[in-house]
Amino acid sequence: MATKTELSVSVGTPAEEAGLKPFKVTLNIRRYNPETGDEAFWQDFDVELYATDRVLDALHKIKWEQDGSLAFRRSCAHGVCGSDAMRINGRNRLACKTLIKDLDITQPIYVEAIKGLPLEKDLIVDMEPFFESFREVQPFLVSNTPPAGGRERLQSIAERERFDDTTKCILCAACTTSCPVFWTDGQYFGPAAIVNAHRFIFDSRDENAAARLEILNDKEGVWRCRTTFNCTDACPRGIQVTKAIAEVKAAVVRGRP
Amino acid sequence: MSNGQTRTKPAKGQGGTLYRGNTGMWSWVLHRVTGIGIFFFLIEHVLSTALIRVSPEAYNAVIGTYKTPIFGLVEVGLVAAIGFHALNGLRVMLIDFWSKGAKYQKAMLWIAIVIWAILMIGFTPRHLMNVFAEMMGA
Repeated sequence: MATKTELSVSVGTPAEEAGLKPFKVTLNIRRYNPETGDEAFWQDFDVELYATDRVLDALHKIKWEQDGSLAFRRSCAHGVCGSDAMRINGRNRLACKTLIKDLDITQPIYVEAIKGLPLEKDLIVDMEPFFESFREVQPFLVSNTPPAGGRERLQSIAERERFDDTTKCILCAACTTSCPVFWTDGQYFGPAAIVNAHRFIFDSRDENAAARLEILNDKEGVWRCRTTFNCTDACPRGIQVTKAIAEVKAAVVRGRP
Repeated sequence: MSNGQTRTKPAKGQGGTLYRGNTGMWSWVLHRVTGIGIFFFLIEHVLSTALIRVSPEAYNAVIGTYKTPIFGLVEVGLVAAIGFHALNGLRVMLIDFWSKGAKYQKAMLWIAIVIWAILMIGFTPRHLMNVFAEMMGA
C-alpha cells in the first residue's frame, strides 16, 4: 500500500499511484502503408496496460514508445469528436470508449480500420464519401416563414422529444461502416446520413421534410436498409439507428413526417 | 516488452476479419441465402413443369426422379428454407412498419424460429414416412 510520502514523489498515472499492477496485452493491428505498395498485413504489439486503460491508450503507447509510424485519428479522446471509430475484435467501436477490462485479454485484441471506405493508411480511411452522403440530406434547419413575433421558433417538450435520439450523432461513421449493404454498395446513403435527415425531418420547426423524404426515397435511399441492426449495435452514442431508419421509411410512405 | 517487428502473412482480401454482427445480421444472411435458394428452386420448377409442352414422356421421366429418397430429403430442405424465409419476412415487415418493431426485433426472431421449429417437427416425420413408404412400395 502506498504511503503519503510515496504518493508525493510519484509522477505516474492515477492507476500507478493507486498501486495497481499493469498486465501485458497483445494487440494485433492491421497495418497498411500506401507508399510501399504492399498489401495490408497484421502486426502484433505487446503493451503494458491497466484495466482502466482504453484501446486508445494502447494505441498511444505503441505510437509513442514502439512504432511512431502507426497512423490513426483521434482528437478529443473522450467519445465526443467521433474521430477514432475502428473495428475492435470485429465490431465497430470508438477506441477511446472501449475499456481494456471489457475485452478478453487472454486473446490478442484485433484492431483494424472501419470497412467500406477507402483505406488510406493503417487505421485511417477516407471519410469523404461518408460526409458527401451526409451533406446530401441537407442536415440543417430550413424555414421559409419568419418566426412568430419575430423572435424564437418555439417548440414544445414533446416536439423536441420527437427527434431527441438522432441529435446525439457525432458522425464517427461506426454505423455506416458496420452496414453490410454499405460495404457492397458504396452509393447507399448509409445509416448516419439517414439519422441526420431524421433529426430535421421530425423537427417541428423545419419546413423542408418533403425534399429530404424525396432524396431518401431514391434507389440508394432508405429502401436499401435490410434491418441487420449492425448500426444500432455499433453506435457509440446508443442511438436506435435502425428504428430511426424505419421511421423515415414510414414517413416516406405517408409522404409527410 | 515489444515484439513489434513480427510480420504475419497478408490479410486475405480487403475486408480483414469477419464482422462480428449480432443476431440481426445473421438472420439477414440466412434470409438472403434461403431467398437465393428458393429462387433457384422456382427456376427449376418452371423449367420442369414446362417439359409437359415438350413431351409427356420427358415430363414423367423428370418428375420420376423427384420421387427418389434423395429428393425427398432435398424437399425437407426446401420446406425449411421457405418456412424460415416466410416467417422472418413477416418479422422484417413488422420491423419497418410497426412502431415497436425495432424494439422487439430480437424477440420476434426467436418467435419466428420457434414457430419454424414447430412446423418442421410436424412436417418432417410425416413427409419422410411418405417418401420411404413410396420407396418400399416401388
